[in-house]
Amino acid sequence: MQIQQLSVFVENKPGRLAEITEVLAAANIDIRAISVADTSDFGILRVIVDKPKEAIETLKEHGMTVSLTNVIAVGVSDHPGEFSRAVRLLADTGFDMEYMYAFISRDKGRAYVIIRTNNGQKAAETLQENGFDILSPETIYNM
Amino acid sequence: MERYYQPEVECASREQILAWQNERLVKQVRHVWDNVPYYRKKMEEKGLTPQDIQGVNDLKKLPFLTKDDLREAYPYGLLARPLADCVRIQSTSGTTGRRVVAFYTQHDIDLWEDCCARAIVAAGGTREDVCHVCYGYGLFTGGPGLNGGSHKVGCLTLPMSSGNTERQIQFLIDLEATILCCTPSYAAYLAESIHERGLRDKIKLKAGIFGAEAWTEEMRQNIQEKLGIKAYDIYGLTETSGPGVSFECSAQTGMHINEDHFIAEIIDPETGEVLPDGEKGELVFTSITKEAFPLLRYRTRDICVLNREPCPCGRTHVKMSKPMGRSDDMLVIKGVNVFPSQIETVLLNLGMDPNYQMIVERKNNLDTLEVQVEVNETLFSDTVRNLEKIEKTIAGALQSVLGIGAKVTLMEPKSIQRSEGKAKRVIDKRNLF
Repeated sequence: MQIQQLSVFVENKPGRLAEITEVLAAANIDIRAISVADTSDFGILRVIVDKPKEAIETLKEHGMTVSLTNVIAVGVSDHPGEFSRAVRLLADTGFDMEYMYAFISRDKGRAYVIIRTNNGQKAAETLQENGFDILSPETIYNM
Repeated sequence: MERYYQPEVECASREQILAWQNERLVKQVRHVWDNVPYYRKKMEEKGLTPQDIQGVNDLKKLPFLTKDDLREAYPYGLLARPLADCVRIQSTSGTTGRRVVAFYTQHDIDLWEDCCARAIVAAGGTREDVCHVCYGYGLFTGGPGLNGGSHKVGCLTLPMSSGNTERQIQFLIDLEATILCCTPSYAAYLAESIHERGLRDKIKLKAGIFGAEAWTEEMRQNIQEKLGIKAYDIYGLTETSGPGVSFECSAQTGMHINEDHFIAEIIDPETGEVLPDGEKGELVFTSITKEAFPLLRYRTRDICVLNREPCPCGRTHVKMSKPMGRSDDMLVIKGVNVFPSQIETVLLNLGMDPNYQMIVERKNNLDTLEVQVEVNETLFSDTVRNLEKIEKTIAGALQSVLGIGAKVTLMEPKSIQRSEGKAKRVIDKRNLF
């Protein structure tokens, strides 16, 4: 139940993020979730899109360094304590979280968290066993 | 009044200088022929024997030596005296691959130190002076050369070596140093630091002898004004002894080459032809007095001009301009010789594609090196931590190979400037020449 995320190397220069996302727009690719990790000289753009295979192809054609990374998407209900319950569970069951980012869904009262851990498949199972909603790739891509 | 360390030599007639050169060259060629099979073979390949060299006019017949020869012959291939006769080595700052080791007998050390003493006296040094030497000591020739010259002049010598600016300033003040010897970039940095601390009035410096890297006339003015001194240039290279091959006098219009020890030629770097005086070309030196490591026609790769006009200082030895560039791709960064190929080797050794660019700048008068490396898919990782680890790995490897620190920046593929399909490997923003 893992989802494919695109990770793109971004040089730290003005307009670069706009250029990359314009490439996606031109290929009619819809962005589901997005996050940028940055350091003083470079960044990593992480995006979940509706058509990951097409997206990676078009980005590569434009000479960008891009890779696919497996992440999990967890649905949590939008009230206090839900997110912390999920991360506590992962921590207590021994998963290392490398990074995460969240977005709110169109469905009222729900939020989604994208998580990258050292063992995504196992983490997804653990969360599911404890009542969390793990989104399938199709759900996310067609959202 | 101009003062000289060895007036009878420094102000000798041109006829006398030529007579010394003729006699010493003939003797040196014989010495090399008898003791250096590596060079003898080169002579034999050109059908030469020592009899073919009767004086300076025949010098152009001799084969050149280059840094590649030195590397090939490393470590003992160009040694002309038994090791038992040698008392010292010095070495260039390059990598193991490019390292040059030069050997000295006590006689060689004496002559080298005489050359440095001439430079110190030309800068106004006497036995009353306090000479603060903050060139690096050790394998680098800067510290030991000026240290020895300072002893010969009879100055009180402060063997400071490089680094620790606070301590340098403290000694400059407490021991009332009058002559400063270091790289021009460090002099500018010291000047700035002294200026910032409002300590200019506590400094007793009157002169500085600065070399081992290129510097501009503007930089000279800046240092002179900030420290209230006269700043003199000095030139040399480990291959020929070290600093003191040539030095500036009060005229500050070029460096007198110590022609009783070195014969200078200017050649066309493409053809190897000797060019007439006044033309710009590559400087070639022949050591005519060194015993242990006597290089004949060594190509320095420095581009400059010789000037034989009489000098108002009274010295009769030919003057060379500041180097105006290089005939190879070597860079001098923080006084250290760096070749772009070294960066390439580092990346290849790490299993990376050698897509890089070097950006050299001078910030607050100190050189900085940035190495930009293109990130391809094999190098790319999804986490910041891993990418930073890659930067650190490259930086660590560069430090150990180059001997200087470099900032590593990861770049997107194809982001490094390419002209006519060929990547430009070096961007030097320093305007040194």
